[in-house]
Amino acid sequence: MPIIFREPGVDPRRELEQLQRRMDRLFQGAFGLERSPWQVGVYPLVNISEDRDHIFVRAELPGVKAADLEITIQDNSLILRGQRQIPTEEKQVNYHRRERESGFFRRVMALPARIQADKVEATCKDGILTIKLAKPEEVKPRKIEVKVA
Amino acid sequence: MAEKELQAKAKEEAPAKAERVRPGRVFLPAVDIFETTEVLVLVADMPGVAAAKVTVDLKDNHLVISGEVAPAVGAGETRLEQEYFTGDYLREFHVGSMIDQGKIEAVMRDGVLRLVLPKMEKAKPRKIEVKTA
Repeated sequence: MPIIFREPGVDPRRELEQLQRRMDRLFQGAFGLERSPWQVGVYPLVNISEDRDHIFVRAELPGVKAADLEITIQDNSLILRGQRQIPTEEKQVNYHRRERESGFFRRVMALPARIQADKVEATCKDGILTIKLAKPEEVKPRKIEVKVA
Repeated sequence: MAEKELQAKAKEEAPAKAERVRPGRVFLPAVDIFETTEVLVLVADMPGVAAAKVTVDLKDNHLVISGEVAPAVGAGETRLEQEYFTGDYLREFHVGSMIDQGKIEAVMRDGVLRLVLPKMEKAKPRKIEVKTA
């Protein structure tokens, strides 16, 4: 693995992230361990997968209502904005633990392939948001038959 | 209300106590616990868990909540990027006050479990009046 020295003025946190990714890849290759999630640091964290016709973007948003979500497609980016509200309990309650957090979020992510902006479906089920994006015909894999001469 | 920006956090894995039959990771759900004079309420975030897959068990003040998640990716999908891990949820609590087991209510909505544990009569606080001699 080449070690690249860069000019001063680079973000040390970014450098650390890159190092972590490289280490993860190294361990993954050597011991077959699963890679740790990339530390993007922006809520919500997403998992992206694809099949032949679609790209799926999933995020864990427990308790977030569809009305509090705003999904925008812009060029090749997906913008996810919204807020997570935790209804306030009556005044006379006393808390033992308070780990759940409320607040707003705004995230933009680059999509791994071109998509058809008019064919996007979003569903919320059991606290998981799934955004299904259709791929245009020209990026779908095509089987090429080999002819016998 | 929602004035704070949410921060991305990795889920915390539950400490392994016994070997599990089902493969995969187990996480600790984030919880809110509060009480009133009448009830003890527990709210837990368990995204990906359907209502039918939640188990709540209370035995001798030992409360166990667990939930099984559905597969994170559909059949025939290839993972491109993974920022969070998916897995089942498990968390145990020692409940201090006496709970009326027969009246426990559990509601699962949008991946959030709300558990209402009513206190037994004798566990409810009583105001003690101080008499002047």
